[in-house]
Amino acid sequence: MVLQSLINGITIGGIYALIALGFVLIYKASKVLNFAQGELVMMGGFMCLALSGFLPIWMAVVLAVIISAFIGFLIEKVVLKPLIGEPILSVIMVTLGIAYMLRGLVLAVWGPDIRAFPQIFPEGAFEVNGVVIPYVYLGGLLLSLMAIIAFILFFTRTTIGVAMRAVADDQQAAMSLGISVEKIFAISWAISAVVAAIGGILVGNIYGGINVNFAFIGLKVFAVVILGGLDSVLGAIVGGIIIGVAESVGGTYLEPFVGGGFKDVFPLLLMLLIMAIKPYGLFGTERIERV
Amino acid sequence: MESKLLELNNVEVVYNDFILVLKGVSMEVERGSIVTLLGPNGAGKTTALKAISGLIKPERGEVTRGTITYGGKRIENRDPEENSRDGIIQVMEGRRIFGELTVEENLRVGSYISGSADYDIVYNYFPNLKEKRNLRGGYLSGGEQQMLAIGRALLAKPKLLLLDEPSLGLAPIVVKEIFDIIKRINREEGVTILLNEQNAKLALEIADYGYIMENGRIVMDDNAEKLKQNEDVREFYMGMTDMGRKSYREAKRYKRRKRWLT
Repeated sequence: MVLQSLINGITIGGIYALIALGFVLIYKASKVLNFAQGELVMMGGFMCLALSGFLPIWMAVVLAVIISAFIGFLIEKVVLKPLIGEPILSVIMVTLGIAYMLRGLVLAVWGPDIRAFPQIFPEGAFEVNGVVIPYVYLGGLLLSLMAIIAFILFFTRTTIGVAMRAVADDQQAAMSLGISVEKIFAISWAISAVVAAIGGILVGNIYGGINVNFAFIGLKVFAVVILGGLDSVLGAIVGGIIIGVAESVGGTYLEPFVGGGFKDVFPLLLMLLIMAIKPYGLFGTERIERV
Repeated sequence: MESKLLELNNVEVVYNDFILVLKGVSMEVERGSIVTLLGPNGAGKTTALKAISGLIKPERGEVTRGTITYGGKRIENRDPEENSRDGIIQVMEGRRIFGELTVEENLRVGSYISGSADYDIVYNYFPNLKEKRNLRGGYLSGGEQQMLAIGRALLAKPKLLLLDEPSLGLAPIVVKEIFDIIKRINREEGVTILLNEQNAKLALEIADYGYIMENGRIVMDDNAEKLKQNEDVREFYMGMTDMGRKSYREAKRYKRRKRWLT
């Protein structure tokens, strides 16, 4: 039972971590808090849903991810690029606007009802020593793990990935070496939308059905990045798993005592507690200000 | 091929639409030479370099008057990345190493536009860096960081290297070493160098030609050899006089002469 909810928690946590990486990426590159991350997750899910109506499921997944990359790219080019040089707060408010527009779009096209999500993984489960692991969870865990590894390799092994970290470190110095900061921002939005879409498809599979409220997953992801430290890749991964496990364990063991819905509250309580001790998150860069 | 690689003609730079920093600067840089730009703090040396590399743009600076010609092309107010693709690479003041990245990753960022991963060129000039290539840039000493900043720029395959106060905050012996290497890079790689410096003595040692800037204007220019002999330069920028210590009366003369100079 303990092991069971632990494994469920780690799977969900792995997916949260993946989505959180997208959030951290944008924050690191441009110091923008992307309040539309949850909506990008939702868009990825609904796109896969729509495409699976007339395409084989795997093709729908791949195409949904590619279209998401394009949407991310477009958001940066059309909406955010004109705001370069404006106060960061304006840009953050604009991401909030994007979030509501995407929500409105989904409501307009699909309505408020819950739609059954197409299943990628075979039904059923396998059992090891009495622990039942559904294939959906196993597949979700493996895929999110692979995506996280790909993400890390991209940022340590490719020149463009290293250049993106350089921009996060010192924008002007990166510019002096011929790196186009605008291009880097656009790529980070595209990658961020890609990981969001992958996360959305995986969580959609686990939930079995989605509606517009799917976007509230953004709140969980927000808890993850605050917990792990806004600018830390490691923090996103560790934070994701902590939140996922807290949700799962809280749901299994605490809900009988404190009532239903506590599984959504418990991770946030945990976040509050950790923030009180470590205000920059577990792995965030600490800024020391002398007053 | 024309012998002039870079020419500034009566350049004015304005920040934020109203702060005039350069007030009509004209200078020339010969292909393959080292030219140094000397002057006190706040004279506009850094702005001059940034106007050439285009890095004034993200700081809301703009060339409002005059022309900058590079290799026969007008380049004022171009984007910095366009200029660096054309071979103008600036090493900014204060080194600006990517502290989170390792030494080798810093170099890799340098190779972003050239695509050449020939780190040995850099290790050849700066053997220290090779030993520390897996160390984070932020952990290097000041001198090593300056070497990394120059090495990183070198990998971008510059034709014109703009160095902004490479001696800043470094021990004299390290400065000497770095200046020797700058000279070697100029000679061996054929890179034209424009060098901003406060350390006039060392800069004139390696430079072919020098400009002196005060208050956003060029107040004097000549061969490095002649500048070194010039009485005013010796007195105001190299801290040397033929008379030794001066009396208060002569300090007043300093003020008068200085005003005349600008």
